[in-house]
Amino acid sequence: MQELLQQKPEIAEKFGDLHPPFEAQAAVVEANRCLNCFDAPCTSACPTHIDVPKFIKRIASGNLHGAALGILDANVLGASCARVCPVDVLCEGACVMHGFNEQPIDIGRLQRYAMEGFRAQGGKLPRKSDENRSEKIACIGAGPASLAAAAELQQRGFQVTVFDKRLLPGGLNTYGIAEYKLHLADSLDEIELIKELGVEFRLGVEIFGETSLAELEAEFDMIFIGVGLGAMHRLSIPGESHPGVIDALQFIEDYKTGKTTPVEGNVVVVGAGNTAIDAANAAKRLGAMSVSILYRRTRDHISAFDFEYRQALQEGIHFLWLTELMAIHSSAAEITSVECVRMEIDSDGLFKPVDGSTFHLEGNMVIPAIGQSPMLELLAQCRDVQLEHGRVVVNRTTGQTTNPKYFAGGDCVNGGREVVDAVADGKRAGVAIARLLEAIYV
Amino acid sequence: MSKYSVKPNLSVNFAGIHSPNPFWLASAPPTNTGEQIMRAFDAGWGGAVWKTMGAQVTNTSSRYSSINWGGQRMMGFSNIELISDRPLDVNLRELAEVKKRYPKQALIASLMVESTREAWHTVVQQAEDAGADGLELNFGCPHGMSERGMGSAVGQVPEYAEMITAWVKEKARTPVIVKLTPNITDIREVARAAKRGGADALAAINTINSITGIDLDTLMPQPNVDGRSSHGGYSGPAVKPIALNMVQQVMSDPEAMLPLSGIGGIAAWKDAAEFILLGSGTVQVCTAVMRFGYRIVEDMIDGLENWMCEKGFHSIEDFRGLSLPKVTEWKDLNLNYKVVAHIDEAKCIGCGLCYTACWDGAHQCIHVDRVSGAVNGPIELHAKPTEVEAASRSSITVTPIPKLDGDIARQPYVTPLARIPRVDETECVGCNLCSLVCPVDACITMVEVKTHLPAETWEERSAACLTGESC
Repeated sequence: MQELLQQKPEIAEKFGDLHPPFEAQAAVVEANRCLNCFDAPCTSACPTHIDVPKFIKRIASGNLHGAALGILDANVLGASCARVCPVDVLCEGACVMHGFNEQPIDIGRLQRYAMEGFRAQGGKLPRKSDENRSEKIACIGAGPASLAAAAELQQRGFQVTVFDKRLLPGGLNTYGIAEYKLHLADSLDEIELIKELGVEFRLGVEIFGETSLAELEAEFDMIFIGVGLGAMHRLSIPGESHPGVIDALQFIEDYKTGKTTPVEGNVVVVGAGNTAIDAANAAKRLGAMSVSILYRRTRDHISAFDFEYRQALQEGIHFLWLTELMAIHSSAAEITSVECVRMEIDSDGLFKPVDGSTFHLEGNMVIPAIGQSPMLELLAQCRDVQLEHGRVVVNRTTGQTTNPKYFAGGDCVNGGREVVDAVADGKRAGVAIARLLEAIYV
Repeated sequence: MSKYSVKPNLSVNFAGIHSPNPFWLASAPPTNTGEQIMRAFDAGWGGAVWKTMGAQVTNTSSRYSSINWGGQRMMGFSNIELISDRPLDVNLRELAEVKKRYPKQALIASLMVESTREAWHTVVQQAEDAGADGLELNFGCPHGMSERGMGSAVGQVPEYAEMITAWVKEKARTPVIVKLTPNITDIREVARAAKRGGADALAAINTINSITGIDLDTLMPQPNVDGRSSHGGYSGPAVKPIALNMVQQVMSDPEAMLPLSGIGGIAAWKDAAEFILLGSGTVQVCTAVMRFGYRIVEDMIDGLENWMCEKGFHSIEDFRGLSLPKVTEWKDLNLNYKVVAHIDEAKCIGCGLCYTACWDGAHQCIHVDRVSGAVNGPIELHAKPTEVEAASRSSITVTPIPKLDGDIARQPYVTPLARIPRVDETECVGCNLCSLVCPVDACITMVEVKTHLPAETWEERSAACLTGESC
């Protein structure tokens, strides 16, 4: 596992920080710009409700330790959220400075500054209770939702064990975030804080099948499901089984863990969500001659955030709108071209192929990025846990499922949102589990 | 014809000292040498008060410290530097040279010697022989020199100030300016003494006794001189309100009033205009020049000229002292005048600073109830700040995702109605606090409410009480 952490220098060089950290003095200048709003809109906009003015004013006053603890109190993954959050649509998007015709406060970078200062000084997560309780909680999946639930419960004195089928904890935070936003090693470093609290990690262990779930139920008082989403959707087109076709999450994981060698030739990415853009940018940075994003609808329909789209344009990604991939052609060794068809919007607003518009595009690698499927098989095995549209049904304020022993949060509940949403879900569930257990076993 | 087409006349005659504009450099490091003062005159300064001359001293290393505020440097500045540490004859030789090369600018010799008639007579003679246009008696230096019976040790004892002023006047042929210390209970006492002693003019204020701060790593107060510190003279933007008050006090007192050179935190033309509106004939600047250099005078001249054009003032005398009658004692204020805060909804950015300030620092009459329904009345009727915040913190917020939530195209930022506070005018006391904390210009204004009561001062009301009319 250790070799996975040895980041290759060429990766580090090609994936420099998109938003470089603040120097100390610049951070204070920026912190002083914050108005310190009442009932701050940035705090309301944050799914974890980090008290933004509080931590920013602590940076301004020179109380960096207090700033970081304020962040961690609301969001135990404050360090990675500082880098990966789509702040444009969250805290910074809500900043009143917009109403002033001014730049919003650089909240994300200030949060990163506080968190990095905290780590540099050897800061640790505080306990929230001195009591040691005997109740045990299992968290299935070691992604952000489970980590947040685990930290909250362990801080309150409970015994938490986190299971994950992978060898490294962190889920998509470790394996699936563009390296120029969050380095794999930094994700692991943040999880060290949670390990230090005493949370047990059982990694490389897959919970699957009724037997293993029954064992889990026997060993643990409560179970938190934070399994996220499953495999990426398949394209279901001819030629898809060629080894030159690699889905976006796998591609991102491979380069982050050092498996991917430099990318050569022309790369075709299918889909225009945030993951598609992360993969396209990475392919370009790794040496692809050209990277094209194929999308069957138009610019107005993409699910990527606007700032992600603009970033992709800056990185030199080509967008082919109203273009659907129909087939992948290859010689024995490599993909040679992709076959596409033009789309149009008919009078009913539906997208349909234009007759006779088939064309070929040079392509040597195809990266599908058209979303992930839910982990239906596993979820179906959780006794009495009700699903709806492939998502676990929960009480939103507690995360409790229809089986009172099971709680859930993150992508498997919300359908696939951001790290910060998963953390919020996990924390709410952690608090609710603690209250429930404290009420049962006074 | 544009109102800017005729340049106003900035020249002044200050107690007989002529100066092309009212901007003088105060006696301080920027006027330490002839070379500096000549560069300053080239930059546009109308006059300079030479760094105080007298018995030669030795200065410490280090000498200055400052305080920063909200990320801005040198909001306040402090020094423990003494008077000129150059030989008197060198200063006087350079003074003569400067006067010869720059005959139109005002060149004032600041003086401080031991408190004997002979010492003062000698130094007065020397300064005037060198060609000084006037003399400024430094009765204000608050550190070091005061321990030797000079500076503020003189300025804090009206009798000494009067006596030494009189000695100087026995000898002086040029106008004598007495520079006052603010480190005294009532600055008018010494101003009156100086006037009795025959002073032609005053300068105020000198620096204020201060300790600027303590290094929290070393626990060492600043500035550090080999592990010890000493109180210094405070200056810079922070002292301006104190200086304005003292200038007003002196200029409103017939027994003290003389031509006055205003000093204290002046860094820009607006500051200068304020000192002149309270009666100053010239202004003196030090700290701002120490920070930004001589060239700040360019905007001081230009800005003041443009403002005078806009206001229709042709000379400094046209507006000098115009604000003085507007300052009275508290007992003369109209108790039946009422203003209330008004929030301009179109300008409000929803920061809520006015709400916090009103609840915690004023009278709990700003509320965030535009959506839930306005309620007027006392504090008990309203949600408290902690309750408002708790409600938002317990709400569930998610990242808007286009694929899951449909079109989330960003609208131009509009402040939500729920975030625009509302003033309960029945409870508002018109204290101004909200309008002061509001970060948006002209968003919160204080609007007069007609009380339909005749003007009544405290003095009138208490007199009515005494006569049993009403209370």
